[in-house]
Amino acid sequence: MIAEIGLAALWLAAMLAGLQLLLAWSAVARGNEAARGLINPVAVAQGVLTGLAMALLILLFVRSDMSVYLVAANSHSMKPFIYKFAGAWGNHEGSMLLWIAVMSVAGAAVALFERGLDRRTHIATLGAQAAISLGFYAFLLFASNPFKRLVPAAADGQGLNPLLQDPGLAFHPPTLYFGYVGLSVAFSFAVGALLTRQVNARFARAIRPWVLAAWIMLTIGITAGSYWAYYELGWGGWWFWDPVENASLMPWLAATALLHSATVLATRDALRAWTIMLSVVAFAMSMIGTFLVRSGILTSVHAFAVDPTRGSFILMLLGIYIGGALALFALRVHTVSEGSRFEPVSREAMLVLNNLLLCVILGLVLIGTLYPLLTEMVGLRVSVGPPYFNAIIGPLALALMAALVVGPLLRWRRDDPRALLRRAAPALLAGGLALVAVFAFAPHAIGWMTTLGFVVAAAVAVASIAPLWGRNLRRTPLFTYGMVIAHLGCAVCIAGIASESAFTQEKLAAARPGDTFEIAGNTVSFDGVMPIAGPNWTAMQADLTVRRNGRVIGVAKPQARFFTDPPTPTTESVQMTRWSGQLYLVLGDALEDGRWQLRIWWKPFVTFIWYGGGLIALGGLLALVGRVRRERKHGRGAAHDEPEAVPASRVATPEGAVTA
Amino acid sequence: MVAVASSRPGAKRKHQRLILVLLALAALIGGVLLAMSALRDQAAYFYTPVEAKAAHIEPGKAVRLGGMVEVGSLKRGEDGVTIHFNLTDGEGTVPASFSGITPDLFKEGSGAIAEGSFDADGTFRATNILAKHDERYMPREMEGMQYDPQTHKVEADNI
Repeated sequence: MIAEIGLAALWLAAMLAGLQLLLAWSAVARGNEAARGLINPVAVAQGVLTGLAMALLILLFVRSDMSVYLVAANSHSMKPFIYKFAGAWGNHEGSMLLWIAVMSVAGAAVALFERGLDRRTHIATLGAQAAISLGFYAFLLFASNPFKRLVPAAADGQGLNPLLQDPGLAFHPPTLYFGYVGLSVAFSFAVGALLTRQVNARFARAIRPWVLAAWIMLTIGITAGSYWAYYELGWGGWWFWDPVENASLMPWLAATALLHSATVLATRDALRAWTIMLSVVAFAMSMIGTFLVRSGILTSVHAFAVDPTRGSFILMLLGIYIGGALALFALRVHTVSEGSRFEPVSREAMLVLNNLLLCVILGLVLIGTLYPLLTEMVGLRVSVGPPYFNAIIGPLALALMAALVVGPLLRWRRDDPRALLRRAAPALLAGGLALVAVFAFAPHAIGWMTTLGFVVAAAVAVASIAPLWGRNLRRTPLFTYGMVIAHLGCAVCIAGIASESAFTQEKLAAARPGDTFEIAGNTVSFDGVMPIAGPNWTAMQADLTVRRNGRVIGVAKPQARFFTDPPTPTTESVQMTRWSGQLYLVLGDALEDGRWQLRIWWKPFVTFIWYGGGLIALGGLLALVGRVRRERKHGRGAAHDEPEAVPASRVATPEGAVTA
Repeated sequence: MVAVASSRPGAKRKHQRLILVLLALAALIGGVLLAMSALRDQAAYFYTPVEAKAAHIEPGKAVRLGGMVEVGSLKRGEDGVTIHFNLTDGEGTVPASFSGITPDLFKEGSGAIAEGSFDADGTFRATNILAKHDERYMPREMEGMQYDPQTHKVEADNI
């Protein structure tokens, strides 16, 4: 009965989405007053219904209802509760239902909370959102019904892929989906604004919180996914340039560019057409990401099933929405008049550079990800991996960081290069000091890329704090703190990456109980291996005591696990975190002569990579809260289309405030 | 890019939009050229053993080699962490070695992809090994390969 109610809720929601689209059309094109009043309740009802459907699917998983095909195929009654719960979206159909649920709830939120847009654009936006939803409802109901019954019911389920049986599953997919789907809201805003010809600073101020929210979620999702892969796969790597990782990185890159161009549009009313274009690109990347992951075109732990009809369905949706949006853009771009102008040395120009670099990086990741798929069509099997991505993305990312050193120190509209140099001097000095420190203290020669990484990290760290210089810290707006912390997060992350790639030490050996190893000042002694059992697995567990200067600092128990449903061996590595880095310990195979393979890494400051990601997300959150509060305070009722005034204090300078 | 924008501020004021469009186009073309050159240099080509022999890959060039681990060929070195094995596709066989912990499902008669390069005497030095992880996960290049341990014959659907 639960499954049938869930399915009915989905059909009803799909019909409401159709109704929402008709109402929006009637209100925007025909000026129908009655339709205007109805559209918000319809959007909210749709959100409630899909939320209900998702809740019912979770309930089916938690109750281990084996008469539902999806549960039988992906769950098991012996599974711990959290994986039954999160297992609801650890499969294709469930994750698509999660997608549509998030999308409808976001649509309801737009209907309820969005006050910044003029009424017509708001309705057009809801119409666009309904149009996107309809495609995904069709996909869900016709090609991936999560509530399909299994007759007769299975005795028990086939279990969940053990690699996914990790607390990471509970929040990694939902955060990424919130991000992907948040970008669909930005896309709908752009389509709405194009339809009503209202591309202006007001539109940018309305879209910004939504982009920020999506971007925060993507940042958290990517950071968490990276750490999950790092500890779960047991290879010691934190980013593999796997197509599925790229699928989450590309929307993030586009959203980052969009965030910055929306700021230019909101503040200075420039880059109008460009911002619209980026909204379309950002959602296109979300759809391409979904296509890559869900179509089964890439076989990986993320691709739950290989089913060509699903791939073509998503590709078709991609074609319709992105093609449609681009056609609308081409038809309407001449109505978007040119915005305000700026000089080559100005904050706007530097943000243009930021956008160009981000877009080039995005393009290169996209090409590298799709190239193997394209060559395969002509019968050539090619792997594009870290050699390609590291060689070209690394230098471009460093260039982007270099732009970040000066960007926040520039004034809007126009600036004096010499004054800029004075303001940037402390940051450049910090970079110089980092260079000297690398040459003086690095125990061995490190590559020029990692050296530059340290230099850029130091310069960005100082430059990111510089906008606070000489300001009254209590009167500085929250969103300025957000910018400072997010940029600081970039510096922290780059420092972690450089340190990990330059100074990682590794020990690989076959050991007998009693053997000890020295690594980076730590003594690891191998005390033995014993078998243990968990709820749905058995394991061999090693005892490793770690000492530093003769004092025990911890005991690590890495495991070689064997899951029973489905039968799969996995490696459970152990990370011992210290302030200065992580000790990463892995237990390998048993040898015939009684020895065990052990692999131990010392990764100095590797944690900075994820601390940096966390700081970036935190900065985004502060900016979001700051922006929303500012809009609530100043924007209510006043329908102002003008750009935000640029307070002189927006650019802090050692010389004091200057008029813009 | 900044240099272009900063030339002749007077002319720029009139055509700011045009300049921005040109900049975007230049970035696009530059990006594509960069990607093409990097793909030519850095894309690791995937070979099966017989293809690798025919191609005479120069020592040191990073490639991926995919095949089945020949039954009876897997030997462990004295240090306990170095392994020697043969990768085969039924027609050609390549000796390979690897130091490290092998993936959980790396075993004789199973498919594996080795990343690394050939050394001067024709042995493949793997720096990383990818193996089929479970029934649902396998490296994309290995799809459709089947191996008969008796005859060392490899069936491939779509290579």
